[in-house]
Formats: sequence, C-alpha cells, structure tokens
Amino acid sequence: MTTLTDPPAESFKLSMLVYDTRYRSITFQILALVAVLLLFGWLTMNTAQNLNDLGKEPSFSFLGESAGYDINQRLIDYSSQSTHLRAAFVGLLNTLLVAAMGCATATVIGVIVGVLRLSGNWLVARLMTVYVEMFRNVPVLMWIVLCMAILIEAMPPPSAFRGDDPDATMKLFDSVAITNRGVYIPEPLFSRSLGDFHVGAAFDVSINLIAILIVLGASIFVARGIARRADAKQEATGLRPRTWHTRLAVIVLPTVVLLAILGFHLGYPELKGFNFAGGTYMRNSLIALWLALSLYTAAFIAEIVRAGILAISSGQTEAAAALGLRNNRIMSLVVLPQAMRVIIPPLISQYLNLTKNSSLAIAVGYMDITGTLMGITLNQTGRELETVLLGMLVYLAISLIISGVMNWYNNRVKLVER
Amino acid sequence: MADTHAETVLFVRDTMLPQQEPPLSTVGPVGWARTNLFSGWLNTIITIVALLFVINLIAHLLPWFISGTWNATSLNDCREMMAAVGNEQGGACWGVIRERWPQLMFGFYPAELYWRPVLVLVLLFVALAPILFADRTPTRMLGFTAVFPFLGAWLLWGGTIWNPITALLGFVVGYVVFSLVSKVVNAGVSLFVAVVASVIWWTTLAGYVVLGLSAIAPLAIASVQSREFGGFLLSITIGVTAIMFSLPIGILLALGRRSHLPLVKALCVGFIEFIRGVPLITLLFVASTLLNIFLPPGTNFDIILRVMIMTTLFASAYMAEVVRGGLAALGKGQYEGADSLGLDYWQAQRLIIMPQALKISIPGIVSTFIGVFKDTTLVSIISMFDPLGLANAIRADASWNGIYWELFIFIGAIFFIFCFSMSRYSMYLERKLQTGHR
Amino acid sequence: MTDTAFDTTPAIDPAALKVSDEVAIEISNMNKWYGSFHVLRDIDLTVHRGERIVIAGPSGSGKSTMIRCINRLEEHQSGKIIVDGTELTSDLKNIDKIRSEVGMCFQHFNLFPHLTILENCTLAPIWVRKTPKKEAVETAMHFLEKVKIPDQANKYPGQLSGGQQQRVAIARSLCMKPRIMLFDEPTSALDPEMIKEVLDTMIELAQEGMTMICVTHEMGFARQVANRVIFMDQGQIVEQNEPEEFFNNPRSERTKLFLSQILGH
Ligand SMILES: Nc1ncnc2c1ncn2[C@@H]1O[C@H](COP(=O)(O)OP(=O)(O)OP(=O)(O)O)[C@@H](O)[C@H]1O
Ligand SMILES: [Mg+2]
Repeated sequence: MTTLTDPPAESFKLSMLVYDTRYRSITFQILALVAVLLLFGWLTMNTAQNLNDLGKEPSFSFLGESAGYDINQRLIDYSSQSTHLRAAFVGLLNTLLVAAMGCATATVIGVIVGVLRLSGNWLVARLMTVYVEMFRNVPVLMWIVLCMAILIEAMPPPSAFRGDDPDATMKLFDSVAITNRGVYIPEPLFSRSLGDFHVGAAFDVSINLIAILIVLGASIFVARGIARRADAKQEATGLRPRTWHTRLAVIVLPTVVLLAILGFHLGYPELKGFNFAGGTYMRNSLIALWLALSLYTAAFIAEIVRAGILAISSGQTEAAAALGLRNNRIMSLVVLPQAMRVIIPPLISQYLNLTKNSSLAIAVGYMDITGTLMGITLNQTGRELETVLLGMLVYLAISLIISGVMNWYNNRVKLVER
Repeated sequence: MADTHAETVLFVRDTMLPQQEPPLSTVGPVGWARTNLFSGWLNTIITIVALLFVINLIAHLLPWFISGTWNATSLNDCREMMAAVGNEQGGACWGVIRERWPQLMFGFYPAELYWRPVLVLVLLFVALAPILFADRTPTRMLGFTAVFPFLGAWLLWGGTIWNPITALLGFVVGYVVFSLVSKVVNAGVSLFVAVVASVIWWTTLAGYVVLGLSAIAPLAIASVQSREFGGFLLSITIGVTAIMFSLPIGILLALGRRSHLPLVKALCVGFIEFIRGVPLITLLFVASTLLNIFLPPGTNFDIILRVMIMTTLFASAYMAEVVRGGLAALGKGQYEGADSLGLDYWQAQRLIIMPQALKISIPGIVSTFIGVFKDTTLVSIISMFDPLGLANAIRADASWNGIYWELFIFIGAIFFIFCFSMSRYSMYLERKLQTGHR
Repeated sequence: MTDTAFDTTPAIDPAALKVSDEVAIEISNMNKWYGSFHVLRDIDLTVHRGERIVIAGPSGSGKSTMIRCINRLEEHQSGKIIVDGTELTSDLKNIDKIRSEVGMCFQHFNLFPHLTILENCTLAPIWVRKTPKKEAVETAMHFLEKVKIPDQANKYPGQLSGGQQQRVAIARSLCMKPRIMLFDEPTSALDPEMIKEVLDTMIELAQEGMTMICVTHEMGFARQVANRVIFMDQGQIVEQNEPEEFFNNPRSERTKLFLSQILGH
C-alpha cells in the first residue's frame, strides 16, 4: 500500500511530450530544429546537385585571379591586372567612401532642416516640410538616377570651357570645374613630401597624411586639456575663462605649420586639350550617388531631429528660462542632452540605411562593392553563389558593426538615466 | 502693518470688463505676418531670402511647365516646336508622357487587355475598403477581401480559372485540417499541421486537379506572361503582394523573437538580423541568379514570383521589428491579465495582445509599407521594367535621348501620390484609434 | 480643494509675518491676448515685499497666464509690469535680471531628468550666477536640507516621489536666492500626503519673509498663510481681500459661487 505523501508514480506517456510543460518546449524546439535542418539539407542538396550539373565546384580561388577590368574611381592603387579580391576591396572602400560622405552631409542637412521645420518663421517651416515630404515619398533610386541624369545632360562638356569666350566657367575662383563628365576639385599636393609607407606589398599609405593626423590628434588632445582647465577654473571661481580662441589656435596652428613645412599647395584642375587635367576628379556617378543619398536620408534625419526636439516638453525650457538661463544655454544644457538620447538611435539606423542604399550605386555605374564583386566579378567568373554570399557577408559585417555601436551608445545613456 | 492694510486690501469689481479687441498690430493678416514672418530682424531677413527663393523657383518652373508641348514625338521635334513659337527658355516636352504613358502604367501588357489590370486596381480598392474604413463598411465585404488575391492574380495573369480556385482550395484544406487537428492538440501544432497539409495540396495534388477540371470545363481567359508586366502595374503587383504577406509573417517572426524557446528565438533573431543587415538589392540578386541553384534541378519558376518572395521576406523582417516594438510597449499587465483569464498563448495573442500591439505600431507598419512600395523600384536593376526601368529604356531610345525632367516628374509624382496618401492615412488612423489608449 | 491637509499643521503667527512698504511687483493696466482671445484684462496689482498672495479662480480664468507674465514666460501686450524696480520689456538684460530675482515652481515640477538632484540645483547658480562649484554645492545642500531631502542629492528625478520632486523644484529655485517666489498650482499633481510635505515647505518659506504669489486651490493654506486672496475670473481680478473676510464674507456673486463650489461639498 502506498502512503498518502508519496507522489503518484509517474509513468511516461507519449502525450506528455505535448501537454506537459516540462517536455513541451523541448518537443517544440526539436520539431523546429528538425524542420529547419530538413530545409537547409534540402537546399544544400539541391545546390550541390545544380552546381554539379553546371560543373562548378564551390571555390573561392577566383578571388586570387587577375580581375581584368578597370575601376575608374578608386582610393587605392588598382589596375586590371590586380586580383578580384583587390577589386572587391577597392569596391568596399568606395562603398565606405560614399557612405561616410553621405552620412556627414545628410546629418548636416537633416539637422538644419529639422530645426528650421520647428522655426517660428511660417514660410521657412513650410518650405522645409515640402522638402521633407518630397524626398521621403519618392524612391531613392529615382533620386539617384535623376541626379545622374541632371549631371550628364545639364552640365557643360569640358569643351565648353575652351576658347576666349567660353560657354562655361569654373566655379569658386577658378578652382572647381563642373562638367558633364564629373567634377574636378583642387587636389592637395606636397612639394616636400615625406613619401609613402608600404604596408606589405598591397597598400601605400601617405606618410604626409599620417603626420598630419598625428599632429591634429595631438592638438585636439591639448585643446581638450585647455577646456578641462577652464572647467576646473569655473568650478573653483565660478567664472569660466574664454578659451575658444586659444583652443582654436592650438588646433589650427601646428597643423598649418606642418602643412607649410611639407610644402602644401593645391593643384588646380586645368583645361588641357579636350579635358581637364590635374586636381581631384570626382566622377558623376559618385557625385550623383552622394547627392541623392544625402538629400534623401536628410529628409528622414530631419524628421528624427524634429521629433527629438519636440519630445522635450516645453516645461523643460520654461523651467530653465525661469531659472534665468539664456536661450543658447537652455539648448546646450537642458534640451540637447535630452534630445540626443531620443535622436541618436534612429539616427544611427538611418546611417545604416544610407550605407545599404549605397548599393544602388550599381544603377549609375559607381564601382562600390556591389558593382565590383557582385557586378563585374560575378559576370566574369560566373561564380554567382560565392560572390553574392561574400557580398552579403560584407554588408552584414558593416551592419553588425554599426548596430554594435548603437547598442553601446544605448547602454551608456541608459546607465546615466537611472 | 498687516492691520493697516485692512481697508486698502478690499477690492470688488462690480461690472465685468468686456472682451476687447486686441491691438491691431497683433491680429489679422498684419499681426499674423508680424508674428510668423517678421518678428525680429533676423527673421525678416530669412523670410525675404526664402521669399526670393520661392519666387525665383516659380518664375523658372512655371513657364517651363505650362509652355510645354504635348504634341512632339521626339525630343528634336519638341525643340523645333519650341523654337518655332520663339520659346527661348525651352518648355517641357510632355509628348514623351503622352506617347509612353500606357507603357509607364502597364509595361508591355497587351493593350487590348488593359481593362484587366484596371479592373484589378478597382477591385483592390473595394477589397481594401473593409480594412481601411472598418467602421463604415459592412463586415461581409471581408469575404471579398479574402477572395481578392486569387481573383486579382487570375485577372492579371489570365489562364484557366481553375488555377486560382484550386489555390484557394489549398486554404480550405488547411482550414479543415486545422479545425480537425485542433480538437486534439493545441493551436500552434495544429497550425503547423495545417500549413503542411496546404503545402502538400499545392505542390502535389493541385496540379492534377487543375488538369482534370480544365479538361472537364475549360474556363479560361487569355494568359499574359510575366515578362509582359511592367511600369506601375509591376510595382503595384509586387508592392501589394509584399505588403499583404509581410504583415502576418512579420507578426509570427516578432512573436518568435519574443518566444521563451531559445531555439525558436535564435532562429528568428538570426533571420531578422540577416535580412535587415543586407541591402535589398543583394536579395534581388539572390532571386535573379541564385534561387534556381537552391531549388531542385529543373525548377524554373517565374521571375516576378521570385522577386515577390524576396521582397516579402525583406519586408517581413522590418515588419517584425516594428511589431516587436509595439509588443514591447505593452505593459506586462496585459500578458498577466490574459493569462489570468485562462486564455492559451494563441488566444491571448489574437484577442488581447496583438490588437493593442498593432494599434501602437500603426505608424511603423505604414512606413514599412511605404518603404516596400518605394523599394519595388530596385527591380529595375535586375532588368525588370518597372517605371524606372522603363524610364531608362525610354531615355536610351533614339527619339527621346536626353529627356529626363518630364519623365521623372511624372514617375515621381505618381509615387508621391501613393506614398503621401499612405502616410496621411496612417496619421488619420492613428488619430482615430488614439481614443482610449494611453 | 479641501482643508484636510492642514488639520495637523501648527498655526503660524500672522504677526510674525511682516509686510513692508517697499513695492516688489507692480502691475498696472496689463492686457494680454492669445490671438484674438482677451486672456488678461486690465490687471492692476501691487505686491509689497513680504506679502503672501494666493490667487484663486475657476479653470481658464488666466491665473497661470498672469503669474507667467511676471517672469516673462508669456509676453504681455499692453500695460506695465515692474519687478523690483525693473520694468519688463523685450530688453534681454531686464528679463535676465528679473528672472534671477524671481523663482518659479510649476505644477509638474519640470525637473531636468538627465541631471541628478544636486546638478538640478547647481545648474543655474553655476551658469547664471557664476558661483564656484563648491559654493554652489554647499548652497544646494543647504536648501536640500531645508526641504528635508539631502540624502537624495545624487539620485535622478525619476527615482523620487512626486512630493519629493516638488520639494526639489522649490530648492532648485531657492538656490538662485530669489527675492520673490511664484507658485503655479504646486500641489495639484500630488497625492494628499505629499501635498502636506510641500505645503509645509512653503509655510516655512513664508515664515522667513519670502514674497510669494501662489496659485492654488488649497484653501486651508490660503487661510493660514496668505495675507491677501485674489479671485480671478474671465481674465480679470474680481475680488481681493484678507483671507478671513474673503472666505467668510465674499462680496461678489462670482466669488460666492466659486467658494460654494470649492468648499461646499
Ligand atoms: N498658449 C496658449 N494659446 C492660446 N490660448 C491659451 C494658451 N494658454 C492658455 N490659453 C487660454 O488662456 C486661458 C487662461 O489660461 P490659464 O492657463 O492662464 O488658466 P488658469 O486660470 O491657469 O486655469 P487652470 O486652473 O486650469 O490652470 C484659457 O482659456 C486657455 O485656454
Ligand atoms: Mg493654470
């Protein structure tokens, strides 16, 4: 006879797999796992079979082969003899270039537009609304193609700059030439250059650039020291010494001196024969992509900035004003620190969007990672699987890094909050 | 001191003061302009600059816009016409729109069958009505909404009527299986079994059924090939499909991401983050070049279908994040409340959690819709002829080589109308649903 | 709304509260419109130093608007406002001067959520008064002790109860060493127990001779602390009197109606 305190002997029944909360979740997960594994197995089998039929073994050896195509816009040395890997790398740098340029301009435009949308000036606020709605509600690809079309069709050809009475002239004191082939801007040159620094056999890095960056970094460090001293002085005496001019001097002067030592001067583009020579040449495709991405993303950023500022209740501003703070201090001490927390996370995800949208470069022939690896390399080698997978991985890595930064920021400001 | 105040303190107003007119300078158009346009010298300068900008813009655009011609048949033709009437500035060559608008709308869809897409568009609005204006339309119309996808697809692609009917039967099969199985096991498992049953129906049985039925009763309309689709017809077809399917898939993914089962959660997180981490264009490359490699040898299904699948997956991942935001905004109390009523997981989701979470996420959902619709233009990169693809083709055509403003203004305006009205609708809905929440 | 919060407070001796002849605020013939809506009509009001004035009136009668005009959170369109001998005009210098003389507490506290309690209190002294930080912290701690929450100094506003937050808001204003304090319904967003702690703080302030203008519906507070009660309706001052007279013997019909509604049940 069993005693009453004994739990009833458990016998395992099959139905417990579904009904007993202890097994249930395991059952489901195993089911899901099996389903997913089956799916993947099926896809892999198909892929193997298909590739086999086509006579293509999956392999990444094509990356080491000579690419055999030119890339006209590049940041590092590249020739058609270079490998596909290097071509992809040139593409990646181009992606990062246009993404960085785009993020910077989009932020500037977006912040200005967002703030102006809130301005008390009715006309300006309306104009900004029109801008935002116009760009947000039309596909970014159309803006890219349209920018490209305008540059090609409406800008003067280089030949228009010729002659005594040319149809077109260079802008900004004869330093910038905007033509239908692209934009020529002055290039930085050094008459007493320090030369290049070779990283392995693959890359050359300009020592001038490194030197300038080091000096600039050091100056900024010193300037921050001055600012900290000013903070300390303010804490001690209540009066904050004016330091912006010394800080500015500390940042600017050493760099200017270094530039003078290096013999820095600008190389201006000049009309030679039928085209411009000298200067830095920015292709139309880069300009169009950059412009369109900036203007499009700026519309979204403007909305984010506006929402961020609106999220700070008018009570905050009023309380600060009642304490006697002036408008600029209210902004910098009360509104902005709070608005930033609302603004930055969606802002970063706009940066992410801009970077992903930069893959539309392929529509205007800008050679980013999509155009090189997933474009010409794919067509030349016929390695769809490898190139597309590799390309996706690259984008995935960029995205994960950016969202990592975002999470880091979120956690940091959350700590301050409570 | 306090005492001496006693007499002076008392004050009583016998007659109330009437409302007075404000000083003239603060009301009316003058006051309005003073406060909104000319308050302070800085504001005045800004206003003047902005005004000059607007006037300048209009002075340039308006003449170009209205002095254009609708008659030219090529860009040169147009320029000659402009020169003939002495229009130095040049005017818009709307001829390209007049000549090509059917193409921009329908692509290469047979002209005599244009009525079919038009009818589908009208039916689309009829089908949307019970969803968009739920409080003003009879619920019975939802039945039509359910049938619409099949009817619409049949009208667009044509072919035998048995195709959509058997496809619809797949759902009926799924539903029957679900109601049978759910008597025995819980909703989640039954749903799974039902989906499997439907898939089996579609992949194996449906084909024979269609063949059989067509042999008995050959009811068919002229069929149209996918490659004949183009222009806004293509954008809207892809966009509407992706929008329609991304919401339910997105909801499931969002639930999966919040699931307590680590494996389910990991799978959903992996999927969502992967899709959100890569640009849509790479997914379209997968659709155009890789999908055939992943599928059994010899499968070769329609490119539009492939693109639709990829766009749907893409949209679902974004939708999942939007819905997850809505779920996160719901307090714990709602879940506990639902549990305490004895509802099971799926009932709680369907009756309590989702209606509220979706309500909160409306702005996000609609902006995802808008994003998807705009993103349909990316198909032009994999050589499909959406409006942008067609624009490229038209610009490459010898007679219209060099034209761009007119084309892009036309295309942009149509996109704008669609997207802008969607965003306005979401604002309207948000305001309407706001009552009683938070 | 009720006197209950006051049952336990010790009565204060009105004789201890001195009102001097010196004028702190003088409002004459002031008018304000929101668009074409005449919110404040011909307001005349003179406040002497050391006075404790309670403003009452139905919702929408313009009470908040009036006291917000005193430190120019709202701009008046005609008439004069002179605070401590400085006339309020659009001159920024005057506005700055007046704002640093006049402290204000809001219905919803409006503490800065991103700053700690201590930082909330030292922000304005440091940036407006240019006080050294150490001194500012000492002052802040002094006032935080006075409102009885020195131990919360390093917490964030979100971690405090409503009553504590309102007391911090009072301390924050006091840190600027104002000569006049404005209160706009400081207790109407609070629970009964918290109302008491805030009112106690305000009574203490009154006993120290602070000039106070207070919009409130706490009639117990008005009876006990105020030396004058002002009743506003439709943007005008309808009646003013000493508290006892005002409550026991209201003269105008509107006042009677208002009092019967507010005290009646
Ligand atoms: N910014 C504004 N624009 C237009 N009208 C306003 C504005 N602020 C207040 N009003 C109106 O002015 C009138 C007076 O408002 P005020 O806030 O001063 O009333 P109050 O007496 O403080 O009322 P309550 O007791 O509800 O706080 C109200 O009718 C209000 O609707
Ligand atoms: Mg008020």
